[in-house]
Amino acid sequence: MPLSEILFWFLTALALFSALMVVFSDNPIHSVLWLIMVFFAISGHYILMNAQFLAIVNLIVYAGAIMVLFLFVIMLMNMNTDAEPQKSQWMRIAAALSGGALMLVLVAALKDNVGAVSRTSGEGSIGLIRNLGKVLFTDYVLPFEISSVLFLSAMVGAVVLGKREKNTKPVNN
Amino acid sequence: MMTLLFTMDLMLVLEKFLLIGAVISFALVVAMYTTYAERKIAAWMQDRRGPNRAGPFGLLQPVADGVKLFFKEEIIPLASNRFLFVLGPALAMITAMLTSAVIPWGEYIEILGRKISLQIADVNIGILYVFGVVSMGVYGIMIGGWASNNKFSLLAAVRGASQIISYELAMGLSLISLLMMTGSLSLKTIVEQQMNGSWNIIYQPLGFLIFIICVFAECNRTPFDLPEAENELNFGYHQEYSSMKLGLYLFSEYVNMFISSAVMATLFFGGYDIPFVDETALTASLGANLTALFCFLALFAKVLFFLFVFIWVRWTIPRFRYDQLMDLGWKKLIPLALANMIITAVVMLLIKN
Repeated sequence: MPLSEILFWFLTALALFSALMVVFSDNPIHSVLWLIMVFFAISGHYILMNAQFLAIVNLIVYAGAIMVLFLFVIMLMNMNTDAEPQKSQWMRIAAALSGGALMLVLVAALKDNVGAVSRTSGEGSIGLIRNLGKVLFTDYVLPFEISSVLFLSAMVGAVVLGKREKNTKPVNN
Repeated sequence: MMTLLFTMDLMLVLEKFLLIGAVISFALVVAMYTTYAERKIAAWMQDRRGPNRAGPFGLLQPVADGVKLFFKEEIIPLASNRFLFVLGPALAMITAMLTSAVIPWGEYIEILGRKISLQIADVNIGILYVFGVVSMGVYGIMIGGWASNNKFSLLAAVRGASQIISYELAMGLSLISLLMMTGSLSLKTIVEQQMNGSWNIIYQPLGFLIFIICVFAECNRTPFDLPEAENELNFGYHQEYSSMKLGLYLFSEYVNMFISSAVMATLFFGGYDIPFVDETALTASLGANLTALFCFLALFAKVLFFLFVFIWVRWTIPRFRYDQLMDLGWKKLIPLALANMIITAVVMLLIKN
């Protein structure tokens, strides 16, 4: 077995195992740390497909910024097993059903596109920064700009929500 | 790059291992003596003598400190999360080291007819790799601070993390204008361009100013050392740590300083370029190995200068308040970096037409 294939299976196993651990960990902090492992494994896959830019941006944005904010919130909320609210049995069944339905849709959507994703390792150059930048700023410039406006509006929305109204005084408690 | 990785020969692996070992031990020794330099320079600025008992001029002081830290009793708090408590300082140290992989320490040396590049990995996303590792550096602080199960540690960890995330933005934006000029993310290419032309600091003085401020914040150095503000948070995120685990945290700060000085020298001050000397002519007259040595010494001199600036600032400028820190990061540095970016773009377009 060539080295790239060994790496592929190792990363796949790591990603799946870590993803399962995200769900099954009792401690939410551990869940977040396992999720970071998932991102690392996926970045490894990107490198195998010669998409170094995607790999490192995945790490910077998801593992480096978004997960830190997650960790932030969870650490400050100080969640532990005692504080976890007990859900009713019906709630669990409904959650399992809707989760299963989502998985069904995802599998159905991806089933026919297997050929588009499976690549032999080390080939393809779309993930390199030069090609990706060119494509983003020529063929896909309109969707690119629209999505950035979307992010901007989300940011403005967050600021508006977080802003204290003018006439109310801060509450001291 | 990947296909190359799979077909490379054993010699290359060996060569890279030796280079990594050399770079890491060098970084550690430099970090060790930076602690000594810090105390000596602080003493000089405050009209004291500084450490002068261990060895001549106190030169063995860092060794004594290290030995002391190793032999101290190791305490893991009962209510802490044991695994994460140990993982925290390890992560801090690993991420401090990882950045050294993409820094070109010199051009190449020749041993037994083999050309050995003095850069561990010349990846084409060099700078982004540095950013990736820097953004991982938060976890060492956050995990350690949380796992200690101490309110002060947690507060300090949250402070540190939000500070690092905030200043990462301005840091990235300040570099974009540099990247527009170089047109490459590879650190080696950036150095080569500066060797043939002039140093980037001439074109990007504002970018460099923003970058160095952000580097201070990323390294948790004064005036941005709020995560370890003793008078507010006891001792900061490493309060519960003892023995060498504390040592790793303190030490990783110095390794970070060393590596980020090297990054600054590489990006803005020509890297291993010797000023006013033509390196190709030097290679022709002295041979590759001696030239590499001189180039490395040039880079090292630049790094030492930045290390001095780090220490100088620490003992000159008092600490910011937390809201001032956030104000500076979000309301001053980011708009300034954006303005710098636009000015660079406009000037580049004007020159091109």
